[in-house]
Amino acid sequence: MKASTQKKVNKDSKGKQASPQKKGWKSIPMGGLIERGGTAKEYKTGEWRTFIPVRDEAKCINCMICWVYCPDSSIKTQDGKMTGFDMDYCKGCGICASVCPVKCIKMEKEEK
Amino acid sequence: MKKTKLIPMMGDQVAAYAMRQVEPDVVAAYPITPQTEIVMSFSQYVADGKVKTELIPVESEHSAMSACVGAAAAGARTMTATSANGLALMWEIVYIAASTRLPIVMPVVNRALSAPINIHCDHSDTMGARDSGWIQIYCENGQEVYESIILAVKIAEHKDIQLPVMVCQDGFITSHAVEGIELFDDKVVKGFIGEYKPRFSLLDVDHPVTVGPLDLQDFYFEHKRQQSEAMDNSIKIIPKVFKEFADTFGKRHDFSETYRLEDAEVAICALSSTAGTAKIAVDKLREEGHKVGLMKPRFFRPFPREHIAKRLSPLKAIAVLDRSESFSGNGGPLFTEIKAALYPERHRPAVLNYIYGLGGRDIFAEDIESVFRTLLDVAKTGATDERIQFIGVRE
Repeated sequence: MKASTQKKVNKDSKGKQASPQKKGWKSIPMGGLIERGGTAKEYKTGEWRTFIPVRDEAKCINCMICWVYCPDSSIKTQDGKMTGFDMDYCKGCGICASVCPVKCIKMEKEEK
Repeated sequence: MKKTKLIPMMGDQVAAYAMRQVEPDVVAAYPITPQTEIVMSFSQYVADGKVKTELIPVESEHSAMSACVGAAAAGARTMTATSANGLALMWEIVYIAASTRLPIVMPVVNRALSAPINIHCDHSDTMGARDSGWIQIYCENGQEVYESIILAVKIAEHKDIQLPVMVCQDGFITSHAVEGIELFDDKVVKGFIGEYKPRFSLLDVDHPVTVGPLDLQDFYFEHKRQQSEAMDNSIKIIPKVFKEFADTFGKRHDFSETYRLEDAEVAICALSSTAGTAKIAVDKLREEGHKVGLMKPRFFRPFPREHIAKRLSPLKAIAVLDRSESFSGNGGPLFTEIKAALYPERHRPAVLNYIYGLGGRDIFAEDIESVFRTLLDVAKTGATDERIQFIGVRE
C-alpha cells in the first residue's frame, strides 16, 4: 500500500502535528496492493519540499507566467490575479522564481 | 498388490498433462528448447478443446511473464513454462511476480545459460533465480514432475503463502526421456486443487485496487519483510499440503528424499535426475558393506534448513554435487546452502563440493562411486580437500 493511504497524522495535545505513525509490515496489505481507489488525492506531494517560494506581492505584476510554468499546478489565482501557492502540492522546485520576469519570487529554505 | 497403470510419457508431456488437469484460466508462454514440448502439447490440448484455458502466444518470455502477472492480478489461475535464456529474458518480471505475491506456477526445464550457447541440462538458469522470491521444487523424474506441478498449485495459492512456484526438471535427461507415469484421475486433481479464489482482482470494478504502485523509502522495506516472512512461514505450511496430497493421492512428499541415509556415515547430496544415478552408486557401495547414503533436496526455496541439517549433521563426510557454478569463488549454490545450514549444528561433517554436468555433460554412476570413495577416505582420515572440485571435465 502506498504510504499516503496508511498515514494517520497524529496531533499532540496542543493540536500540533506530531510525526506520522506508519503501520508495520504485519498490518499492511500483501505485496504493495492498494485496496481502494482515489488514494492519490490523499498524497500531499508538498511534503517532499526543501525550499519554499516566497512572493513579494508589491512587486508582482500578475503576468501569470508562473501559473503557466508551474509543473504541479500550485499557483493559486482569483479574478485574474496571482494569490499565492498551494503548499499541499508545491514541491519547491523554484521554476516560478526562475521564470518570474520581475523577480518577485524568492526560494527560501523551509523550516520544518 | 494394487495394480498400477503406467502411461509412457516424456517429462515435458507429463508437465503439459498436469497443466491440462489443472486447467489454468490463463497460460502465456513462449517455446524454448528443451521446454518446447510443454508448450506444444498444451497448445494441442487448447486446440482440441480439452481445456478452456486462454492461451496467449506471446512474442518473448519477457512478455510471457508480463502477461502472466497481468492475468494473475486480474484474478486468473495462471501458468507458464520456460528454460534457460527464456527465464533470463523474463528476469525483471520474475521478481515482480514474486514480490507482488502472485501465485503463478511455472514448470522450468533446466538448461545451461549462454555463452557459449548450449541447449542441454544444467541448473544455472534456476539457480540464478534462487533469490527471486519464487519457491523452487527440483524433480528427479517424470513422476515427480507430474505430482509436483499439482502440489505447486496448492502451495502457491495457499492463503498464507501466495508465492509463485517453479517446478524444475532436467532438460532432455528428464524432459525428453519416456518413463512410465502413474496418472491421477482428472476429477481427483480438480478436487484437490479446488476452485481458485484470488485475494483480489483487477476486474472487480466494485472493489478497485492498484497493483504494483511506487513504494519508496517509507514502505518498500516493510513489503520485503512481509515477503521474507511468507517464504519463511511456507516451511511450516508446506508439510500440511504434503499431508493433504498424501491423503488424496496416497503419495508422500517431503522437503527432501533420503536414500539409505539412516545409518550412513557418508552421503552425497544432489538435486534432480543425478540423485537417481547416485542411488545406483549407493546400492553398489552398500553391497560392499560401506555405510553410504543419499540426500536429495526436493525444495531449494524455501531452503529447508532444519530438515536438512537434522539429517546430515550426524554424518562424517558429505559431498555436495552442484550442476551449476555460481562463480562466487566459494563453491556452487547447493554447497554454500548446505554448509550454511550445517554451521549452527553441534556436530558438523566435512563437506566437499563437486561441480559437474555443466552444459549437459553426462555424469555416470562410476563418477559418483569415485566421489563416495573419496568421502570414505575423508571419513577415515579426517583430511579434507577444501578445494572445489570438478567431475568429468578435461584438464
